[in-house]
Amino acid sequence: MRIKVGNLARVEGEGGIYVRVKGGKVQEVRLNIFEPPRFFEAFLRGRRFDEAPDITARICGICPVAYQMSSSHAMEDLLGVKVGGGLRTLRRLIYCGEWIESHALHVFLLHAPDFLGYQSAMEMAGDHRDVVEKGLNLKRIGNALVALVGGREIHPVNLRVGGFYRVPGKEELRGILEDLKRGRDLAVEMVRWASTLPFPDLERDYEFVALSHPDEYPMNEGRIVSNKGLDIDVRDYDDHFVEEQVPHSTALHSRLKERGHYLVGPLARFNLNFERLRPIAREIAREVGLVPPCRNPFLSIVVRTIEILHAFDEAVGIVEGYEEPGEASIEFEVREGTGYGCTEAPRGILYHRYTIDGRGIIRDAKIVPPTSQNQGVMEEDLRKFVEMNLHMAEEELTFRSEQTIRNYDPCISCSTHLLKVEIRRD
Amino acid sequence: MRKIRLAVWKFASCDGCQLSLLDCEEELLPLSEAVEVAYFLEASRRVEKGPYHISLVEGSITTPHDVERIKRIRRASRYLIAIGACATAGGIQALRNLRDVEEFTSLVYARPEYIDTLKDSTPVSHHVKVDLELRGCPINKHQLLYVLISLLNGRTPSIPSHSLCLECKMKDNVCVMVSEGVPCMGPVTHGGCGAICPSYRRGCYGCYGPSETVNMESLGRWWIERYGMEREELVRRLRTFNIEGALAPFARSFEGEGA
Repeated sequence: MRIKVGNLARVEGEGGIYVRVKGGKVQEVRLNIFEPPRFFEAFLRGRRFDEAPDITARICGICPVAYQMSSSHAMEDLLGVKVGGGLRTLRRLIYCGEWIESHALHVFLLHAPDFLGYQSAMEMAGDHRDVVEKGLNLKRIGNALVALVGGREIHPVNLRVGGFYRVPGKEELRGILEDLKRGRDLAVEMVRWASTLPFPDLERDYEFVALSHPDEYPMNEGRIVSNKGLDIDVRDYDDHFVEEQVPHSTALHSRLKERGHYLVGPLARFNLNFERLRPIAREIAREVGLVPPCRNPFLSIVVRTIEILHAFDEAVGIVEGYEEPGEASIEFEVREGTGYGCTEAPRGILYHRYTIDGRGIIRDAKIVPPTSQNQGVMEEDLRKFVEMNLHMAEEELTFRSEQTIRNYDPCISCSTHLLKVEIRRD
Repeated sequence: MRKIRLAVWKFASCDGCQLSLLDCEEELLPLSEAVEVAYFLEASRRVEKGPYHISLVEGSITTPHDVERIKRIRRASRYLIAIGACATAGGIQALRNLRDVEEFTSLVYARPEYIDTLKDSTPVSHHVKVDLELRGCPINKHQLLYVLISLLNGRTPSIPSHSLCLECKMKDNVCVMVSEGVPCMGPVTHGGCGAICPSYRRGCYGCYGPSETVNMESLGRWWIERYGMEREELVRRLRTFNIEGALAPFARSFEGEGA
């Protein structure tokens, strides 16, 4: 038997799935990624350091803020700039907006139709209009927050190395407070709703990798840690992780040198940082019975709703306590060197490294998006899921295989390179 | 009456412009009832064969396979709309057009022989007839809605081609160039975004590409002579998200002066 999905739907970018089964055994599993390469690392060479946030944002229309954050942090590391106080808090605020819009897009428009057996959220809305409308409302508020702080939802213009071009006024920010509070109430309801979905069985012993920060749920900074002993500074990333090229993908596959494939994203953050979720998010997670360790990737949809709740609660807190920072950005002098940045994109850690010369021109760039890092575990999940469910009819198995991949909210545009499912039984 | 059949296609891009359709949160469900979404892979598994009344095309053409695919889409579409800077001007990835693509491939990929790509990243209009272009990196979702609603009602949409400056004036923004000496591409940039950057005290960086008539020669001189901008930086500013367009000759000429 062959399970083949030529063009995987409801993911960002272009890819497919191919699974070959023979004699009741899975012989081959491939997540094909044929998104045309765009060569960002190459053409960043020769551009100036302060162009990196706007240029790398164009890698992904769903999580541009993540690219702007990781690149800014890397440049600031290189330049010896520390963005603290109110500017750091504003960065967290816009990141909350991106987590909300990106997670709400995936939970309600891309992934929920898998659990309830629809082709799309638009079709799901025929029977579940209330849920789809509430999901769209969450997404709308997340986007409104990004647009308020950043100028627009997709490719915001207001973030820069050193801070912002203009910081919002207190009253300007207060305008969104009621919406954020309504969003928080809706998010509580949606965590409860998501926890009632039917979850297929699948548990694996993953290595979860995420940032970890002593005082907060990780977004902009922290050490890179795992449940299997990894605990490193962002600057040491290249000593522990490698990227490999495989023929069926225009995205590079990442591996931990010591132990192989690993998992990044909401499930990893939740398992490694549960105690630093906002109290309301922890409380509702416990209420629906979701506490670490959670090793079923199908539960990631619930974890995303918990992170939406967390982000709303944090955003409410930030807006309520906001005082306009005196300066919109920190001044600095250009100097040569190499800088490292890693932040938590909605889909997991996003690593950037740059080397610039004394005139601020980029001489070398390296970018490792979350989806490249998850390709290995996605293929392994698919292998195990198909092995456990060979009794299923081909159509059902194909549908469920796609769902398995969508657990990761793969962003194929990000991995520079999407999805297509193909299952073959010989 | 048969519903209008809508298709959304992706080529080399960041997904942001088709996401703009999903970002119409309040209009998405009414729109999906008013039209038949026949092909929109980012949002639906349902794949219906053409012909389509309206095709929205995102992304630039960068592979031999995509050259053939865009021709098939054209044949299946009554009204084809290129959306965004990639589809209308090659996108940021057209920076490769200025360099050696083999060198690029080997910089990103250890085994370049697996990668199948064309030398240039080109707009859709270089390959097929395009009925309407929506500019921007990303497009403005309100413009997209306006175009779709016009077509649904049998009207021909018309997109104004004035420069960004007009939008800035309409918003009562203080000019960032005149008042603060911040280099701004507004005078030569196609309007449509609502003058976002100047509203955030930042100079426009031209993500909507050139407006209908541009006097970049004059603006460039101003930057060099009054602001002391280096030619190298000027050329970089002309070569970002809309490389294949009316600013290209200016970029070449300023670059030549520096050589």
